[in-house]
Amino acid sequence: MGLRFEAALKSRNFEVALELAPGETLAVLGPNGAGKSTLLSIIAGLLRPDSGSATIGERTLFDLASSRSTWVAPHDRGTALLAQEPLLFPHLSVLENVAFGPRSTGTPAAEARSVARQWLASTDTGALESRRPGELSGGQAQRVAVARALAAGPDLLLLDEPMAALDIHAAPLMRRLLKHVLAGRSAIIITHDVLDALMLAERVIVMEDGRITEAGATREVLNRPRSRFAAGLSGLNLLTGTARTEGIDTRYGLVSGTPEGTVSPGVPAAAAFHPSAVSVYLDPPHGSPRNMLRATITDLEPHGDAIRVRAGDLAADITPAALADLGLAPGMRAFFVLKATAVTIYST
Amino acid sequence: MRRRSGTGYTAVPPWIYAFAAVGALFVMLPLVAMAAKINWAQFIPLITSESSLTALGLSLRTSAASTALCIVLGIPLALVLARGDFPGQRVLRAFVLLPLVLPPVVGGIALLYTFGRQGLLGRSLELAGIQIAFSTTAVILAQTFVALPFLVVSLEGALRTAGGRYEAVAATLGARPTTVLRRVTLPLVLPGLASGAVLSFARSLGEFGATLTFAGSLQGVTRTLPLEIYLQRETDADAAVALSLVLVAVAVIVVALSYRSPRGRQAMAGAS
Repeated sequence: MGLRFEAALKSRNFEVALELAPGETLAVLGPNGAGKSTLLSIIAGLLRPDSGSATIGERTLFDLASSRSTWVAPHDRGTALLAQEPLLFPHLSVLENVAFGPRSTGTPAAEARSVARQWLASTDTGALESRRPGELSGGQAQRVAVARALAAGPDLLLLDEPMAALDIHAAPLMRRLLKHVLAGRSAIIITHDVLDALMLAERVIVMEDGRITEAGATREVLNRPRSRFAAGLSGLNLLTGTARTEGIDTRYGLVSGTPEGTVSPGVPAAAAFHPSAVSVYLDPPHGSPRNMLRATITDLEPHGDAIRVRAGDLAADITPAALADLGLAPGMRAFFVLKATAVTIYST
Repeated sequence: MRRRSGTGYTAVPPWIYAFAAVGALFVMLPLVAMAAKINWAQFIPLITSESSLTALGLSLRTSAASTALCIVLGIPLALVLARGDFPGQRVLRAFVLLPLVLPPVVGGIALLYTFGRQGLLGRSLELAGIQIAFSTTAVILAQTFVALPFLVVSLEGALRTAGGRYEAVAATLGARPTTVLRRVTLPLVLPGLASGAVLSFARSLGEFGATLTFAGSLQGVTRTLPLEIYLQRETDADAAVALSLVLVAVAVIVVALSYRSPRGRQAMAGAS
């Protein structure tokens, strides 16, 4: 069952419309305060928008546009919510936590427990069934929370940064579990991690300031970002400007590269390139015709084995040896040089 | 669980301890003075006299009943105050808490004008053949009136601390509001409810002014232990002191019980 959603909430400067195909997983990316959690709260029925409507399949979740406005209570929506923290009920055992959903909808206790045991088994937490939530590790608790959400048999699963509170050992296990359980299931997952989006979602939307600023297939958005946020996530430099015959006009000057598709002169376009393709010089280098962008260094920070040199929106990865050679420091003017073949240009 | 270790730094200036000691003495000394006055030879006969036992029995029965009434009335009030969002919420809270600061005798007068024979509701009740003033029911009502805020304050605090997030999750799992209340909200705030009930019971047990005004002092019907002590003081000081010690003992047990539960609550919060 697919989701069709549009809603506006003035007090949070929120205005979003989106659709989700049946069985599709959508990742929601965006900076803090962009309205990602607001989106899930409205779908789940925990927050009421000023206007809008939403349906799952034939079922209406809410419809505030028509004269007789409809608002279905959260417990009748079939939209289970999994938050950053597991929020397992501390007074119930693991088994009773997972059986909570079925029991709430009228399944007899014994049957609800057997459903719960199946979900515990498929989330690899069967051995924990008699424990209290307080006796679980963060990763275990979150896996139980996944089992609890799925045991409720939701038509749509809402995940609000389910891995954000996990330590680096628990997160990969959780990611694998989610990949397994989200296959063929309608779900919306909020994440800050590009890996989650790539592994779990077919499609992503990028939200900024309560609006969708970018949407598309996950690989497409990450490889050809149109927003600065998406570019930052995929680790690419993104320069925007107007297309010319020989490249695009950016605030750092003309940047030439390999156009993708037809990029006619005059249209808004973007140039994307990896920081590792950029070299830094103090004096303008001679030789092959290359892109040379002049900028003031703002930050130096370690980045894996390399040093990331930032100059506003530009980033370059250089070796520590090169850094020592050049004696770079914030505030210095430098030339950021990159080959045209390393730059992809596309219209935005 | 955090336990204070002897080696840790505490930011309490040493002279504070002197003032704290004065404060502690101020509370403890009167109790010691009273205990010193007790006629130990006569202690057991004094507290087991017929009138004493009757008063103690009545006190325990009415306090238990008013605690039950506080729970029945207090849970909805606390829920509405902690979770609701409606105009007049602050005013409602102020009125619910009023008996905390109101002199009990004023509460008694107010109850009299409500449930008394000439009172607002009393007249209709009288027609229905129900007489409340100067009955055991009146004792229970007076105690509930003064004890209810203790339960509401305690429970509202517990509800706010617990927050609404577990309830929201329960709702998205398909639980109706009544199911959420029964299976999530109330179990989560049980320690707060318990300590609120214990405090209400203690307040009911000590209730004097409203009871005397609204229910009078009929032996076996409305004369609770505090009223009995007050009456005995006029004629038999030894009996009054002995009975006072009984009330102190009950109070100490009650306070000890209610101080156990906050620690239990902490353990729960720490575990989750």
